[in-house]
Amino acid sequence: MYDLTSIYRAASVADAIAALERDPQAVVIAGGSDVLIKIREGKLAGCRLVSIHGLDAELAGVKVQDSGDLDIGPLTTFHNVTFDPLIRTHVPVLGEAADMAGGPQLRAVGTIGGNVCNGVTSADTASTLMAFGAQMHVQGPDGWRVVPIDDWYKGVGKVDLRPAELLCRIVIPKANFEGWTGHYIKYAQRNAMDIATLGVSCLVKLSADKTVCEDVRLAFGVAAPTPIRSHTAEDGVRGLTVAQAAEQIGDLALQDINPRTSWRASKEFRVQLVKELSGRALLEAARKGGAQV
Amino acid sequence: MMEILHCTVNGKPVEVGYDLRESLLDTLRDRLGLTSVKRGCEVGECGACTVLVDGVAIDSCIYLTAWCEGKHILTVEGLQGENGELNPIQKAFIEEAAVQCGFCTPGIIMSAVEIVGSGKQYTREELRKLISGHLCRCTGYQNILNAVERAVDECHKIVGK
Amino acid sequence: MEIGRSIHRVDALDKVTGRAKYTDDFRGQGVLVARILHSTIANGVVKDMDLTEARKVPGVVKILTCFDVPDIQFPTPGHPWSVEAAHQDVADRKLLARRVRIYGEDIAVVVAEDEIAAEHALKAIKVTYEEYPVYTDPEAAMAPGAVAIHDEHPDNILRHTCFDVLTPGAGGRGVDEVFADPAYRHFEAHIDTQAVQHCHIENPVSYAWMEGERIVVVSSTQIPHIVRRVIGQALGIGWGKVRVIKPYIGGGFGNKQEVLYEPLNAWITTQIGGRKVKLELTREETFQNTRSRHAIHFDVKAAVDPASMRLMARTCRAVSNQGGYASHGHSIVANAVTGFRQTYPDAFAHRSDAYTVYTNLGSTGAMRGYGIPQCNFAGECFMDDIAREMGWDPMAFRLKNIMPLGYVDPTNGITCHSTGLAECIRKGAAFMDWDKLRAEYAKPQTGPVRRGIGMAVFSYKTGVWPISLETASARVILNQDGTVQLQLGATEIGQGGDTVFSQMCAQAIGIPTEDVHIVSFQDTDTAPFDTGAYASRQTYVTGKAIKKAGESFRAKVLDFAAGLTNLDRGNLDIRGRDVVSTVSGEAVLSLADLAMEAFYSLSHCEHITAEETVQCKNNTFAFGACFAEVEVDIPVGKIKVLRIVNVHDSGRLINPKLAEAQVHGGMSMGLGYALSEEMKYDDKGRLLNGNLLDYKLPTAMDHPELHALFVETDDPSGPFGNKALGEPPAIPVAGAVRNAVLQATGVAIHRLPMNPQRMVEAFTEAGLIEKGE
Repeated sequence: MYDLTSIYRAASVADAIAALERDPQAVVIAGGSDVLIKIREGKLAGCRLVSIHGLDAELAGVKVQDSGDLDIGPLTTFHNVTFDPLIRTHVPVLGEAADMAGGPQLRAVGTIGGNVCNGVTSADTASTLMAFGAQMHVQGPDGWRVVPIDDWYKGVGKVDLRPAELLCRIVIPKANFEGWTGHYIKYAQRNAMDIATLGVSCLVKLSADKTVCEDVRLAFGVAAPTPIRSHTAEDGVRGLTVAQAAEQIGDLALQDINPRTSWRASKEFRVQLVKELSGRALLEAARKGGAQV
Repeated sequence: MMEILHCTVNGKPVEVGYDLRESLLDTLRDRLGLTSVKRGCEVGECGACTVLVDGVAIDSCIYLTAWCEGKHILTVEGLQGENGELNPIQKAFIEEAAVQCGFCTPGIIMSAVEIVGSGKQYTREELRKLISGHLCRCTGYQNILNAVERAVDECHKIVGK
Repeated sequence: MEIGRSIHRVDALDKVTGRAKYTDDFRGQGVLVARILHSTIANGVVKDMDLTEARKVPGVVKILTCFDVPDIQFPTPGHPWSVEAAHQDVADRKLLARRVRIYGEDIAVVVAEDEIAAEHALKAIKVTYEEYPVYTDPEAAMAPGAVAIHDEHPDNILRHTCFDVLTPGAGGRGVDEVFADPAYRHFEAHIDTQAVQHCHIENPVSYAWMEGERIVVVSSTQIPHIVRRVIGQALGIGWGKVRVIKPYIGGGFGNKQEVLYEPLNAWITTQIGGRKVKLELTREETFQNTRSRHAIHFDVKAAVDPASMRLMARTCRAVSNQGGYASHGHSIVANAVTGFRQTYPDAFAHRSDAYTVYTNLGSTGAMRGYGIPQCNFAGECFMDDIAREMGWDPMAFRLKNIMPLGYVDPTNGITCHSTGLAECIRKGAAFMDWDKLRAEYAKPQTGPVRRGIGMAVFSYKTGVWPISLETASARVILNQDGTVQLQLGATEIGQGGDTVFSQMCAQAIGIPTEDVHIVSFQDTDTAPFDTGAYASRQTYVTGKAIKKAGESFRAKVLDFAAGLTNLDRGNLDIRGRDVVSTVSGEAVLSLADLAMEAFYSLSHCEHITAEETVQCKNNTFAFGACFAEVEVDIPVGKIKVLRIVNVHDSGRLINPKLAEAQVHGGMSMGLGYALSEEMKYDDKGRLLNGNLLDYKLPTAMDHPELHALFVETDDPSGPFGNKALGEPPAIPVAGAVRNAVLQATGVAIHRLPMNPQRMVEAFTEAGLIEKGE
């Protein structure tokens, strides 16, 4: 049994927002794979829950908007992100990243929205959403607002959600994925059921002859207290050949990262992983884009 | 904090009183006596409590009973045929010596039900990934993989005919 | 022949249908829940406990503290009791402790109507401590001036032993003399092993209640009869007043060869009027408060004769971090240094120097292999280091030095009655194509990803004689249909014991295994005495009891058949389901008819049963080898095991299919030990990764295909030619993987686990990775 005080099962997004307005201290629960564990650990013991579990009609699923932007419902489970045909067509790397969270049972309940609302740097989809420049559409008592993912993370475990606000859409603008290919490397001790020691997501846009990186995006999980983009690395390798870019990107990225030593891994080890894996991710992203590597 | 849950468990309609604070694991084990559903870690890491909810394998320890209204829940107790015949997956686990202490077995069998139910065939590596949400300390997963592979093959043959 | 048949497990049907009953499946209604309050310091004393607020929590039935428990210290390891005080286990634990010795010490218990009420009450208890310095490292705990963790051991050394062993018939040259001989090359190494945990998927759990004046405990244990004894000792009551029931258990691996919380739970029920109470550990408590494999630190030296490739003499100093309580005491490190010595008997002499040291880390105890995985890693690293330095093929070097047939240990007399070790090595080498790959990978490799192949071998004794008592009983009862019941005190813990016991019984009587119905659950009120599942002893020791009881039963059946048929007793035999004439070969009477006659005859009714006890005063060595081929991704420190095989000589296999499965599990445990598993503590003695997310137990995606091969010897001392199998598979894996990494990279690792960060550090140190800023 969980040490919780009440569960309000919201019937709709509006209902959930209203419930959160009445009880701003209440905790939103979606898939449960994060919140329930925190209750059990005692971090949220005794809490009151507002459950948005099952509000799939409003909050789950993937679609392409008229603008061509990709629109992901935050209640979409990791599993459904991975296997969604639109994700596979337009942003397959996001599906691959979602497929590395936990294990199959967790991916069946854990949601992409939960993954980015808990503010955790190791979240497997976060670095890729960062690289794609996703826009977080939140709804609250005052209506909608859009937060660029660059501004989303406010610190460890903190995101830009105001009282009684819910993340309702995750939108990837068409320009940010069209013509790009990407690769995500989850570096962890185990090949399943693990949290990332480092997550690296690299997107590339290749020249017509597939030899030059016209543009690159590089984002990390666990290279800093929150997921981050490495603009220095991106700027440094833009316009280089794939091979040159792969060679240089790791060292350049070191200027933007701020990994910590924890009992899980040392700063030095994470730095070495950034150096090594950035180039590997870039090469693989380029290969997927048609480069001969 | 008692409520009443209406759902279908192993093909039968069920109405059961439960405490809102219960996980599905609690309710299945302690209220419905479905003791095949095992408690191993309570944080979704070991997979011993895996059941199917509407055909999807989930860790019942991190799933609230409050979410189960109207759902179809399947546990190992619901796998045998009406004359008691074993499901092909259960048979494969016996034949392949995939069972040792047996504590992780029901959970893995439930993941195998989902795997077999997909109607697809899988490589060995794909099967490893599909059962990677289960921890087993006895078998090294070797014979479990053999059993799941065998069950998939056998069911595929039957469906293929 | 019932021996050697790969029949299905006798418990498989119940386990795949979910009907197999484990401890928690016996809960019933109205059970109270007990939860333990754990200290938030690692070394000190509980000065005071304020229960005022906790008592107010609704649903709380009783709060018991370290100030309430009986003033009795008791031992907890699953050893046979010794009638000689000097050999008795260390009694250093109370039911709840005022003297805090580990972080998370059990200091109080709340009994409540549900776990949330209990949790709330635990949070409301206010504890005042007096704190002492925390010792996480044995050297710090042994340093002068350190606070004694147990008053009985002021220097924190639980025990120190030092033995000089001279090889009989070798001329009496001692270690010092051999090392002074300039003809020999000298080698030395320091090797560190880590604490790891069993990670049985079922956490320890028990139910306790009273029936009359007696206490009944249902528990997930490997050793029900020992649990009964220890409950009696801990509560200071007659052992006959305790009844322990052991249902199926969800793994044990040695952690449940320990009396963990059964005595506390038994005492709790006596404090609440005999009401039924459940005490189930969480996974986190299992990590923090049960047992783990000892971290043992080795300093080893060898004098090697370059001409003969022989080990002339070695020394092994081993310091074992015991944690806060003695548990199995000195036996594990003693076993480790002995095992180190035995696998490769030195030409002249050997010196073992072993320390067991109390610290404030979690207590360590028995775990699959009992000190041998540690010493094996040390020994097998060392063998490859020597071979590499000398330019020898590591396999050839081992073959020159392994224990020969007929070896008799000079200190304890354990004899090598059979060995297939050399054959195991050859078989494994052939399977892996050792010569070819070894040569191929010996060529210079320069890229970031490199490959290597390595090996390791082991020896392992079967059971504990003569270090400790070995005894077992078996009872065979005729059923009315001519089948038999088999009752044992030996336990099924997942290893397949019940299945092979049934096969042994069938073999001894001459009936099909299908006609043996084993009583799986032990109830100490009715199960014959046996000390339980540990030390890879049951097929060997209990096997002897089953054989004796089966033969005795068979004799009684034939006597009865001779009386019924008026045929010569000497010409009768049991074959299949009949009594047959050995003269005609024809069945003269079915066992079913015989049984009906035996039960219901109005003239000569006789209930045919046989119960026999053995005391096993023998022992023998099992052997094996592991070969591993690895690929090392140097810049990111990842070791990928591409192929791996274990080859075992466990004597004759009772059930080859189950034996193979047993090997897979051990290999898996060995791979975790080699690559990822480690209990991490901070300097306050707090366990940092005590859960299944942060403790890196391998998943199905972390293993290659596991291959198990056998060399079947016929051990003359085993009841059916068999010897140890349960523990050995876990032993040689880490050494083989490490030696493969050594070949791949040239980097000699001397510390477990070989996890990525440690590998990156080692490769950086070795210059394979450029040093960062």
